[in-house]
Amino acid sequence: MSLWDHLPVLVVIIPLMAGPLCVLVERPLAAWGLALAAAWLSFAVAVALAAQVNGTGVISYELGGWAPPWGIEYRIDTLGSYVLLIVTGIAALVMVAARESVASEVPEALAARFYAALMLAFAGLVGIVATGDAFNVFVFLEISSLASYALISMGRDRRALTSAFDYLVMGTIGATFILIGIGFLYMMTGTLNMQDLAARLPEVWDTRTVRAGFAFLTVGIGLKLAMFPLHLWLPNAYTYAPSVVTAFLAATATKVAVYALLRFMLDIFGIDFALGRMPFEYILLPVGVIGILSASLVAIYQVEVKRLLAYSSVAQIGYMLLGIGLASTTGVTGAILHLFNHALMKGALFLALAAVAYRLGSTTLQDLTGLGRRMPWTMFAIVIGGLSLIGVPATVGFVSKWYLVLAALEQGLWPVALLILLGSLLAVVYVWKLVEAAYLTESRDDVKVQEAPLSMLVPLWVLVIANVYFGVNTEVSVGLARQAAAVLTGGSG
Amino acid sequence: MNSILLLALIPLVPLLAVPVILATAHRPNLREAVSVLTGLLLFGLVATLLGQVDLQAPPTLVLAEPLPGLALALSPEPLGMLFAMVASFLWPVTTVYAIGYMRAHHEDNQTRFYVAFAASIAATMGIALSANMLTLFVFYELLTLATYPLVTHAGDAAARRGGRVYLGLLISTSIAFLLLAMVWTWQLTGTLTFTAGGVFSESVDPTILSVLLVLYVFGTGKAAMMPFHRWLPAAMVAPTPVSALLHAVAVVKAGVFTILKVVVYLFGIDLIAQLAVAEWLAALAALTILLASLVAMTRDNLKARLAYSTVSQLGYITLGAMLGVAAGVVGGGMHIVMHAFGKITLFFCAGAILVAAHKTRVSELDGLGRRMPLTMLAFLIGSLSIVGLPPFGGTWSKWLLVQGTMDTGMWLLTATLLISSLLNIMYLVVIPVRGFFARPASGASGLQEAPIASLLAIGVAVLGCIVLFFSPDPVYQLMKGVFR
Repeated sequence: MSLWDHLPVLVVIIPLMAGPLCVLVERPLAAWGLALAAAWLSFAVAVALAAQVNGTGVISYELGGWAPPWGIEYRIDTLGSYVLLIVTGIAALVMVAARESVASEVPEALAARFYAALMLAFAGLVGIVATGDAFNVFVFLEISSLASYALISMGRDRRALTSAFDYLVMGTIGATFILIGIGFLYMMTGTLNMQDLAARLPEVWDTRTVRAGFAFLTVGIGLKLAMFPLHLWLPNAYTYAPSVVTAFLAATATKVAVYALLRFMLDIFGIDFALGRMPFEYILLPVGVIGILSASLVAIYQVEVKRLLAYSSVAQIGYMLLGIGLASTTGVTGAILHLFNHALMKGALFLALAAVAYRLGSTTLQDLTGLGRRMPWTMFAIVIGGLSLIGVPATVGFVSKWYLVLAALEQGLWPVALLILLGSLLAVVYVWKLVEAAYLTESRDDVKVQEAPLSMLVPLWVLVIANVYFGVNTEVSVGLARQAAAVLTGGSG
Repeated sequence: MNSILLLALIPLVPLLAVPVILATAHRPNLREAVSVLTGLLLFGLVATLLGQVDLQAPPTLVLAEPLPGLALALSPEPLGMLFAMVASFLWPVTTVYAIGYMRAHHEDNQTRFYVAFAASIAATMGIALSANMLTLFVFYELLTLATYPLVTHAGDAAARRGGRVYLGLLISTSIAFLLLAMVWTWQLTGTLTFTAGGVFSESVDPTILSVLLVLYVFGTGKAAMMPFHRWLPAAMVAPTPVSALLHAVAVVKAGVFTILKVVVYLFGIDLIAQLAVAEWLAALAALTILLASLVAMTRDNLKARLAYSTVSQLGYITLGAMLGVAAGVVGGGMHIVMHAFGKITLFFCAGAILVAAHKTRVSELDGLGRRMPLTMLAFLIGSLSIVGLPPFGGTWSKWLLVQGTMDTGMWLLTATLLISSLLNIMYLVVIPVRGFFARPASGASGLQEAPIASLLAIGVAVLGCIVLFFSPDPVYQLMKGVFR
C-alpha cells in the first residue's frame, strides 16, 4: 500500500500526533509552528481525499487491515469529504491567525498546552467525519469535547471557567445519550459498523429499543449541535473562550454535529425510518423555526458582540435543521450548503472579532465605535460577513437561503418560507447594530488603535473573499451539496 | 465596438472609477475630473450600445451562474436602454452640480461621497440591463447598500435615523416579499428570464398569480408605493446631489422600472388585464398619488415636499403598469424620463437655494426670485413640466397615461390624474410664483446666485425638459419597441 491509500487515516493521525508533540516542544512559537504545519497538512490531505472521492467514489479504509464489519472502517463519501474540507480548511486558516491572538490572550506558560488541546479538538472533529464506525464517533466526540472544555476554560475572563463547566455538564449528558443510543443499536443488531447498521436496522425497525435509541441519539446530538432549546451552553462558551477557539469552534464544531445528525438519521436509520416511521420532521421543523426566530431576537439585544454572534449561530443552526426537516433533496441540499456557507461566514466574523480583541482587549458594541476609520479592513470584513449572514445576493448566505425557501415552497409550506425570510430581517437588525457602531458613532478619543496585524488580516480576508466567491460561483459548493443530498435522500428523491 | 463588450463595460466603467477616485483622494480637482469624465464615457458607451444593438434580437452576456440554470446575465431591451440612457446622462450632469454644491457647502468625506456615487451608478446600470429577475434583484440590493453611505453622509443622529428607515424598509420589503415572489416564480415556471409576453403558463392558478403580483409590487420598496413609502422622505437627510440623482432618478426609477419589467416581461400585460388584483393595485397607486400630494402640501421643508411629490409621481408609473394596456406601460416608461428631468431640476434648485441663500423652508422663499432669478425660473419650468403643461416634456407622458386609463374605462383613475395635476400646481408652481411676486420677508437684496457649476447643471436639466417636449419621438419609439 502506498501513502496515497492511507489518506483517510492520515487526516486524523496528523493532528492527533501533533497534539502531544506540542506539549513536548513546550516553547509557544515552536508549538504554534507544529500546529500550523499539522493543520495545513491535514487540509492538503483533505483536498486529496476530496479529489479521490470525486474521481473514484466512496473510499473505504480498513484500520489495521481488519475487514469490516469486524474491524474498524474509515469511510469517506461525498458528504464526508465535503465536511472534511470545511473543517481542515477553517483550521488551517485559523491557525495562521492564532499566533498573535493566542500570545495576547493566553498566558505564555499555557500556550504549548493550548495548541495541544486545539490539535486534539481538531483531530476529534476530523475523526467523527472520517470514521465509518458508530462507536468510533463517540470516542472522537469525547476527544474533541474534552479538549474543547479545556480550551474554553483558558479564556482570559474568569467566567470562562464557569462556562466551560456548564458546557462540560451539558456536553457530557449529550455524549452519554449518544453512547446509550449507540448501545441500543448494538444490542439489537450486534454491529457497530455504519453500513452494517444501515443494512440490519430495517429488520428491527419496529422495536421499542431502536426507537428509544433513535430518541437518545437525537437528543444527544441535539445537545452537541446546540439545537434549540438545548443551546444554553453555547453563548457563554463562545463568549468567554479565547477568540481563536471561538472562531475555530463556531465554524467547525457545530458543523460536525450537524454532519453526525445527517449521518445517523438519514444514512444509518434512513430517511424512511427517520421521516416516515418517526415524526422527525415534526420535531425538526418547529424546533428549527423557533430556534431561528427566538435566537435572532435575543441576538438583537446583546451588547457583547461575541455573544450576539453566538446567538446568531444558534439561529443559523435552526436553518440547517429546518432544511433537514423539509425532507426533500432541495431541503437537505440547503442544509448541507448552509453548513458550508455558515462556516465561511462565522469563521470570517469571529476572526474579525479576534482582531478587534487583539487590538482593544474586548469586543463590546462600545468597543466597536468609530472602528470603521481605525481598523478599516477588519470592520469592512465584518460588514461583508454580516451581509452574508443576512443573505444579501452575491454572498454565500443568499445561496443557502434560496435553496431553503425553494424547498419550503416545493412542499407548499409558504408560511415556513416567510419565516425563513423573517429570520433574515432580524439578522439585518443585529448586523446593522454593528455597522452603525463602527461607522456612524463618534469614536472614543482616548484609545489609539491601529489596524490588526497582517497575520490576522490575511486569513480573515481569505474567508471574506470566499464568502463572495462561493456566492457567485457555486459550482463546487452547490454541486457537492446536491450530490451528497441526493445520496442521503435517495429513496424519497 | 462589439455589443457584448459594451454590455460588460457599462456596469464596469463606473466601478473601475472607484479605485481611481480613491487614488486621487488628495487632489480634489483631479478626483472630480475623473468622476465627470467617467460619467461622459459611460453615457457615450450606453449611447453607442443603443445605436448599434438590435433590440429585437439582443445579445446576452452571462456574468456567472450562481444557481444551476439561473445565471447573472445582462441583455439590453428597450425599457432598460431608456432607463440606462436617462441615468447615465444625468450622472455627469449631477457630478458637475455636486462639485459646486459640495465645495460651497464645505461637506466632509467628499471622496467617500464620489466613491459611493460611482458604485450606485454601477448598480443602476446593472439593474437597467439585467436579463432576468435574479440579476435585477442582485443589483437592486447592491444599489440599496451602495446608497446607504450617501444617505448617512452627515454621520449625525438624524442621518443615523434616516438611514435606519431607509435601509429597514428597502431591505425588509425586498427580502420578505420580492425574494419570496422570485423564488416562487422560479418554483412555478423554472425560469426568471425576462420574456416578451410573460413566463407563466395558462395552468397557473390565478389566485397564486394575484398573490405574486402583490408580492412583487410591495416587494419593490423603491417604487415607494404606500404604505412602504416612508424611506423616501427619510432619505432626504442626504446631501442634495444625492437626493437629486438617486432619489429623484436612479433609486426610485429602479423601483418603478422593476415593476414595469415584472408586468411586461414576467406577467405580460394581457395577463395583468385579466387579474382583478391589478385593478386594486391601480386603485392603491391612485390613492398613493392623492395622499402623497396632500402630504406634500403640508410640508414646509422644501426637500420633504419634493420627496412627497416624488412618491406621488411614482404612483403614476405604477398605475400605468397596472392598467394592463400598452398605453399605460408606454406612458409609464416615458414618465420615467420626463419626471427624471423635471424632478432633478427641482432638486438642483433646492440645493442651489440652500447653498446660496441658506434657506430650506418653503415659507422663507417669498421674494427670492429677485435674488436668484435663474434658479427660480428653472424651478418654475421644472414644476410646470411635472404638472404636465406644454411646452415641457411632462405633457406627453401624462397624455399617454390619461389615454391608458381611458382605454380601460376606469374613469375614476382618469379623474385622479387630473386632480393630481391641480394639486401639483398648488404645492409646486406656487413656490416660484411667490418667489417672484410676493414681497420678501426680510434680509439682503441684490443678486446672489448659486455656484456657476451648479447653475450649469440646472441649465442642462431645464433644457432637457424643453427639448423633450419638442422631440419626444425617440423616447416614444423606443418605448413602443417594448410591444413590437
